[in-house]
Amino acid sequence: MPSRRELLVAGLGSAALGLGLGGAGAQTEPLPKLNVMVPSGPGGGWDQTARTMELAMRTDRLVRDYRVEHVLGAGGAIGLTRFLATRKGKGDEMLVAGMVMLGALAANKSPAKLTNATPIARLTGEFEVIAVPANSPLKSMRDLVAMFNADPGKVSWVGGSAGGSDHILAGMIAKAVGGDARRVAYVAYAGSGQALASLLGGQTTCGVSGWGEFGEQIKAGKLHPLALSSDVRQPGIDVPTLKEQGIDVELFNWRGVFAAPGITPAQRAALVRLIERMVKGPSWQAELKKKDWTDIYLAGDAFGKYVSDETARITHVVAELGLTK
Amino acid sequence: METLGYLAQGFAVALTWDKLMWSFVGVSVGTAVGVLPGLGPALTIALLLPLTYQVDAASVFMLFAGIYYGAMYGGSTASILLNTPGETASIVTALEGNKMARKGRAGAALATAAIGSFVAGTIGTIGLTFLAVPVVDFALRFGPPEYFALMVVAFATVSAVLGTSVMRGFTSLGVGIFLGLIGIDLQTGQSRFTFGVEELLDGINVIIVAVGLFAVGETLYLAAYKELRRIDTIAVKDSIWMSAADWSRSWKPWLRGALIGFPIGAMPAGGAEIPTFLSYWLEKRLCKHKGEFGHGAIEGVAGPEAANNASAAGVLVPMLAFGLPTSATAAIMLSAFQSYGITPGPQLLTDQPQLVWSLIASLYIGNVMLLILNLPLVGIWVQILKIPQSMLYGAILVFATIGTYGISRSVVDLILLYIMGAMGFAMRRFDFPTAPVIIGMILGPLAEQEFRRAMTISQGDLTIFVTRPLSLTLLSVAAIAILAPPLWRMTNMSRAR
Repeated sequence: MPSRRELLVAGLGSAALGLGLGGAGAQTEPLPKLNVMVPSGPGGGWDQTARTMELAMRTDRLVRDYRVEHVLGAGGAIGLTRFLATRKGKGDEMLVAGMVMLGALAANKSPAKLTNATPIARLTGEFEVIAVPANSPLKSMRDLVAMFNADPGKVSWVGGSAGGSDHILAGMIAKAVGGDARRVAYVAYAGSGQALASLLGGQTTCGVSGWGEFGEQIKAGKLHPLALSSDVRQPGIDVPTLKEQGIDVELFNWRGVFAAPGITPAQRAALVRLIERMVKGPSWQAELKKKDWTDIYLAGDAFGKYVSDETARITHVVAELGLTK
Repeated sequence: METLGYLAQGFAVALTWDKLMWSFVGVSVGTAVGVLPGLGPALTIALLLPLTYQVDAASVFMLFAGIYYGAMYGGSTASILLNTPGETASIVTALEGNKMARKGRAGAALATAAIGSFVAGTIGTIGLTFLAVPVVDFALRFGPPEYFALMVVAFATVSAVLGTSVMRGFTSLGVGIFLGLIGIDLQTGQSRFTFGVEELLDGINVIIVAVGLFAVGETLYLAAYKELRRIDTIAVKDSIWMSAADWSRSWKPWLRGALIGFPIGAMPAGGAEIPTFLSYWLEKRLCKHKGEFGHGAIEGVAGPEAANNASAAGVLVPMLAFGLPTSATAAIMLSAFQSYGITPGPQLLTDQPQLVWSLIASLYIGNVMLLILNLPLVGIWVQILKIPQSMLYGAILVFATIGTYGISRSVVDLILLYIMGAMGFAMRRFDFPTAPVIIGMILGPLAEQEFRRAMTISQGDLTIFVTRPLSLTLLSVAAIAILAPPLWRMTNMSRAR
C-alpha cells in the first residue's frame, strides 16, 4: 500500500482516486511510481490522455503512485526539451505526445526531436473531417476540389492554428489534387469553438477539424461533412474517406506515450508491458468507449518506426505549407 | 412559457442541500481564485476535472459554475485593494477602483463592484435563459470584418485613458501593441520578436504585464520616493458603505455595463475585456463628474465590473445553446461534459435539459450566494488597507511574485514581471499612462488577427470592410466616437465667439 505521504502528495484528483486502491487483487505487483509529463495545459487532449491513463492504471492496480506534471508552451516543444534534458536514463518517467507536436516542432524550427525520446506506444487517434455549412452549394469533395483548382484563393479553409493538424491536412489535400499547398487560403483560430462559429455563420468556405469538434454539429444537420481523413470508413459514421473520393491522403491526429532517452532495454520492455496491460484492461477500454476515442494501439519497435516516418512526413508537409522559411 | 417550466425544474434540482453545498464550495473557491493573480477559473476547473470520475454531473457543474462566477467577483477585489488584477477582465476595475481605495473609499468601491456584479450577473443570466438562441444566431453573422470593426470601436476607448499628453498616451499604446505581437503568429505559425527564447513563443501573458506595470511599478516608485511614504496608512472614511450619492451614481452604469457585456460576451470572438473597455469609455463620456475620472470615479468601477459579469454569462450562451466552446473556461467545461459521455452540440438543450437547466439555475443561486458572501467581506477586506504601507507593498510584491510563478511555473515569467515593474516605474517617473499599454496589448493582436482573416477571405480586397452592412455600421460608430467630441468642442467654441 502507498504510504500516507505518497497519497497526500499525489494531488487532489489522484488522492481521491487513490482511496479506491483496496479493490480486487492484481496478478502482478504494481509499479511503485510513474511520473507523466504533459507538454500542454490541463484540460487539453494530452492532459485527458494522461488523466485517463491514471484512472485506468489506478483502477486496474498497475501503478501505486502516478503523478502528472504540466510543462506547457510552444505546441509541446518546451515540455519535450525539458523531458529530453532532465529525465535521461530514468525508467519511471513518461511523456505524452502526438502528431500535433511534430507540426509545432517543424514550424518553430525547434532543435528538440521527438525521435530522441524512447517510443513506447501509440494509444489513441482522432481522424479529421472536412465539412461545409449545411446550406453550402458544395456537396462532395469533388465540388470542393473543382472550386479549389479553379481559383485557390476563393476557397477559405478554417481550422486550428497554422501548422496544426487541420492546416496540415488542408495542405496535404491541396497537394494531392495537384495544387500548391502554399496557396491554401487558411483562416486560423486558436480555439475550436471560434473556428466552428465562423463556419456555422458561413464566413468561410469549408472547415477542417477533429471529428470530436464537428461531429455533433454534423449529427444535428448544421454542417455537411465532405470527407474523413481516416484510412477506412468508420463504424456508425456515414461519411466517405478522402481515399474513397480519389484523394490519396490519410491523417490521424494520434497521441502516444514516450519514455526518457537512454533507458536500458529492460526498463523499456517494462514500460511497454505496463502500457500493454493498461490498454488490454477493462478500465481503459471502457473509457475509450465513453470518450469516443479510436483505439490505434501500436507498441515498441513498430511504433518507433511509425514515429520516424510521421516525423519525416509531417516535417515535409509543414515545409510545403511554407511554414519553415 | 416552456422555458419557465424547465427553469423551475432546474431550480428543483439545484435547491437541494447537497447541491447548494457544491455551489457554495464553488463560489468560495472561485472568489479565492479570482483574488490571486495568475490562477484563473479555466485552470482551476481543469485541475478539478478528475472529480468528474467520482461525482455526479449536476453537482460538478454546480461547482464549476460557482467557480466561474466566483472568480469574476474575486478578480475585482484584488484590483481595487492591491492594484493587482487577478484576471484580464478586472484590469479596468483597477484604474478607478484602486484610486478610490487610496482615497479611503475602498468600501464603496468593493460594494459597487459586488452589487453591480450581482445585478449584471443576474441580467446576463436572464439573457442566457430567454435569449440564448436568437443571440447566438445574431452573433454568428459576425465574421472577421465585423470583429475587426468592433476592435476599431474598442480602440476608440483608449481616448479615455490617454492622460494629459496625447503623445505620451499613444507611445504607451504602441508599446502595448508591440508586447502583444510577441510570440507565434497564429495565421502563419511564425515566431515574432521572440529572440530565440522558447518561453516567449506563446506570447506574454497580459496579467503579468498588468501586475508588473500596476503593482510592481508602483511599489518600486513608492520605495524610491521617500516623501510619498509619509502617510503611513490609508484613512478609511467614516462610512465603509455606499452613500446615497454612490447609489445614484452607480445604478445606471450597472445597467449600461450589463447591456454592453452580455451581447459581446455571447459573441464567439467577443471576450470579456472589450466590454470593460467600452463601458469605461462610455461612463467617462456620460459622467457629470469627469474631473474625478483618473482619481477614483465610482462610475469607472460600477460600469466595467457590471460589463465583466454580464459578459461572463454571455460566454456561456454559445456553449449551452450551440455547443460552441468560445472561451478557455467553456472549452474545459465541455471536456467535463465529455467525461460523462455527453458530447455538447446543438442538441445539448434538448438532449440534456435537466443538466443544462440545473446549471442555469445554479448561476442564479451562485450570484445570490456571492452577494451574501461578498458584502460582509467588504468590511474585512478594507482592514487590509490598515496595514502600514511599507508592509502592505512588501506583501503586494510577494503576492504578485507568487501569483505570477503560479501561472506556468516559469522563471522567464518572473523575469518579465520585474522587467515590466521597472518599466512601470519609469513610466510613472516620466508621466506616461500605463493603461494604454494593456489596451494595446489586448486589442492590438485581436485587431491584427481579424484583419488578416478578413484579408484571407476577401483575397486582399479592402472593400470587404465597407460592403458588409454590420461592419460598415460598426466602423461608422467608431468614426463618430473618435470625431464627434472634437467637432462638438469646435462648434461650441465658434458659438461662444
